[in-house]
Amino acid sequence: MIAEIGHYALVLAFFVAIAQVVVPLYGAARRDTALMGFAAPAASAQFLCIAIAFGALMHAYITSDFSVANVAQNSHSLKPLLYKISGVWGNHEGSMVFWVLILALFGFAVAAFGRQLPDSLKARVISIQGLIGLAFLAFILLTSNPFERLDPAPLDGRDLNPLLQDPGLAFHPPMLYIGYVGFSLAFSFAMAALIEGRVDPAWARWVRPWTLAAWTFLTAGITLGSWWAYYELGWGGWWFWDPVENASFMPWLAGTALLHSAIVVEKRDALKAWTILLAIITFSLSLMGTFLVRSGILTSVHAFAVDPERGLFILGILIVAVGGSLTLFAVRAPALKAGGLFAPVSREGGLVLNNLILSVATVTVFIGTLYPLFLDAMTGDKVSVGAPFFNATFVPVMIPLLVLLAIGPLLPWKRGNLRAAVEKLWVSALFTVVVAGGILVLEKGAPLAPVLGFGFAAWVAGGVVTELTERIRLFRIPLGDSLRRLFNLPGAAYGMSLAHLGMAVFICGATGEMNWTRELVATARAGDTLTLGQYELVLEKVERSQGPNYFRDMATLNVSKDGVPYATLHPERRLYPVQQMPTTEAAIRSGISGDLYVAIGEGSDLGGYIVRVWVKPLVPWIWAGAMMMVLGGLFSLSDRRLRIGAPKRSRRRPAAPAVTEAGD
Amino acid sequence: MLNRLLFLLPLLIFAVIAGYFTVPILTKKDPHLLPSVMIDKPAPPHDLGPLLEDKPGVGPEALRGEVKLVNFFASWCGPCRVEHPILMRLAAETDLPLVGINYKDQRDAALVWLRELGDPFGRIGVDGDGRAAIDWGVYGVPETYVVDASGHIRYRHVGPLTAQALKETILPMVEQLKAAKG
Amino acid sequence: MIRSIILALVLVVLSMPAFAVEPGEMLKDPALEARARELSKEVRCLVCQNQSIDDSNAGLAKDLRVILRERLVAGDSDSEIKTFLVERYGDFVLLKPPVKAETLFLWYGPFAIGVLGAIGVAVFLLRRRDGGGDEAVPMPLSDDERKRIDALMSEQDRKA
Repeated sequence: MIAEIGHYALVLAFFVAIAQVVVPLYGAARRDTALMGFAAPAASAQFLCIAIAFGALMHAYITSDFSVANVAQNSHSLKPLLYKISGVWGNHEGSMVFWVLILALFGFAVAAFGRQLPDSLKARVISIQGLIGLAFLAFILLTSNPFERLDPAPLDGRDLNPLLQDPGLAFHPPMLYIGYVGFSLAFSFAMAALIEGRVDPAWARWVRPWTLAAWTFLTAGITLGSWWAYYELGWGGWWFWDPVENASFMPWLAGTALLHSAIVVEKRDALKAWTILLAIITFSLSLMGTFLVRSGILTSVHAFAVDPERGLFILGILIVAVGGSLTLFAVRAPALKAGGLFAPVSREGGLVLNNLILSVATVTVFIGTLYPLFLDAMTGDKVSVGAPFFNATFVPVMIPLLVLLAIGPLLPWKRGNLRAAVEKLWVSALFTVVVAGGILVLEKGAPLAPVLGFGFAAWVAGGVVTELTERIRLFRIPLGDSLRRLFNLPGAAYGMSLAHLGMAVFICGATGEMNWTRELVATARAGDTLTLGQYELVLEKVERSQGPNYFRDMATLNVSKDGVPYATLHPERRLYPVQQMPTTEAAIRSGISGDLYVAIGEGSDLGGYIVRVWVKPLVPWIWAGAMMMVLGGLFSLSDRRLRIGAPKRSRRRPAAPAVTEAGD
Repeated sequence: MLNRLLFLLPLLIFAVIAGYFTVPILTKKDPHLLPSVMIDKPAPPHDLGPLLEDKPGVGPEALRGEVKLVNFFASWCGPCRVEHPILMRLAAETDLPLVGINYKDQRDAALVWLRELGDPFGRIGVDGDGRAAIDWGVYGVPETYVVDASGHIRYRHVGPLTAQALKETILPMVEQLKAAKG
Repeated sequence: MIRSIILALVLVVLSMPAFAVEPGEMLKDPALEARARELSKEVRCLVCQNQSIDDSNAGLAKDLRVILRERLVAGDSDSEIKTFLVERYGDFVLLKPPVKAETLFLWYGPFAIGVLGAIGVAVFLLRRRDGGGDEAVPMPLSDDERKRIDALMSEQDRKA
């Protein structure tokens, strides 16, 4: 019964979406306030309907209602509650419902918090948002109904892929989708602006917080996914340049560019057409990701079940949405008025370069990911494009961005002096040389990669600190005044510094992991001692036991570091009988200097176990850096200047020491 | 004017990309299917010892002389069991020589398997460590190759043989190769 | 350590494929083994889509790892080993495609687009150049919008 309610709610949402698209759009064209006013309640009703559908599906999962085919195929009565819940979005149909839920949530958010938006813009944004929803609701109802019943119902379900039964992966898809789908709002704003024929700083101020929120979630989502792959797959890798990873990474790169270019629109009323284009591209890449993952035209380790009919449908949506929006762009964008002027060397100039580099980076990932497809269509030749290719191309592309990252924020708007900016950076240049030189000596000059990696990280970090000290005029005015300035900095300034510093920390982590990882693979029996670097590991025992829906072999290893007891680790190997699938649960001991990572393999008949031990320096810095970027996004969002929709606003602050512009 | 064209550029680029997406979807191309690079090359000259006492193994000379099918199989392989009846029928109904290569298998298990399901092969060679298979470019069992009279590989079928693939592709090709020889 | 490797040599032959690189496969010469690891990161596991043979536990991946090491021991160069694999499995087996006519756009496309973009940006920046005066184009805002924006911007644009 509840499943049927869910299904009806979806159908209802479909019809609400039709009204949500047509009425406000028509009203905006006619300048009819009443019809435009229909947008907000329609968006709310839309969200409500889809939330009911989603709730119904979740109810079916929690109560293990195996008469619902989707539940029977992806759940199991013995599965822990958390994974029953996460199972909702762990499959194609459920994840599509989640997709439209997020879409409707963002539409609802505009309806609820966009009170200050001009009526016509708000009506058009909500209408476009409804149009995207309409397409995907049709997709769900016609090809991927999650509420289909089974008769007779099976006694138990087929269980969720055990690799997905993991806390990290329970939260990874929601985060990722909020980010991915959140860019739809930037897209809707871009479309509305093109229809209105006007882009101005106010528009950028409305778009920015939504884009920032989406970007923040996407960053968190990608990080969670990477972290999951790191500890769950048992290979110790954290980024594999798999097509599915790239599918989420491309919108991230384009979205990062969008965040930066929107600042130029906001502050200087320039780069308008480009920003609109970026908004379109960013969401198009999200759509493309959805298409690639679900159509099966690319091979990946973690794609959804492949269905050509579904692929064709999403391709249709992709072509209409992207083709339509780019057509609108081609027709309307040339008419956008050019905005403020600026010198090549200026904050704007720096942000333009930032956009250029991020775009080239996006193109690099795009070409690499899709080249096998292109070549196959052209010549029938099969090639593989994997991690070694991306490491050889993507990394060099990003290096100029790191150089720029320290300089750009020091340039003033409109016209700057490169020399003055660079002169301010002498301390960080010195810091860079010391760090790089130190690594060179430490490594005895052998490989250059860590020298470069830590050198650039030092440069970026130095740049962030320099920018911050410039902002608070440290040592140039009394310390107390500087500190007061520091506390009065707007959230966006903190956000920028934190995110950029996160980049530096991330580079350290990635460099350390890629260059200094040490590995030991050995077969060990109880009582054997393994030695790797400073660590000595004694395999105490391996015990077999039973979990809620799996069997496990759990090893106990006593680890000492430099002869001092350090940790007791329990790596596991699990077998999930329903899916007949083994998984590894690595044991990881994290410290600030790195991880000790232990995984065990299958036991052999003669009593030995294969044990893999890694010493992975600085890996926690990867997650810390990414989390700093997320925090940076949150800090920026907290900036009251971005919360335009908040009903109570701006009690004017007394003239605190003048604060420089918001960060980027 | 140039300006206008510039604004049209993203749409044009997307049109090209969309074309590349559409073709594999419409043609229902399976990205997992990979063409063999061994086509039209001489079959690798391995000397594989016999599996059965009363049936020869597969030496280099065994692959020359006439058109034949070479089938890689193993007793532990599920899809091999699926295609086996088709091989049995092929052996019963045609005079096309079938050469079996037993891939990374336990001899006893393979013998039981053949006793249970029947033995369609004229010769069976043992590829215990899978090295010969790698020289053939085998991804996994079952795979079936058409080898012509001069010992060149002409076609590869990946996965279990189907009646349809046999009728529409493999047998016509065999006829053609026989005709070319004669 | 050495004891466990010897032990492994005995054991692994009998154990099922479980993990990526197994102890029994590894070469005694650490330099050669390191080369083998690097090389196998560039070889695709053919049956498991987007994994290198170094990461994969598939049977074929294991066979290829073993062959790769044998050839290293026999003194083959990295490129000879790659050629050996490509002869059997095509370019598909390499995760880093070789530079040739079909892959020119893959390798140099991003670079070419970067150069084109840089030229475009240079032209754009020079045309956008500020003559030193204030904004040339007045903002087309209604009074109402102007008021709202002013209120929003007043706090932080004081300095600009």
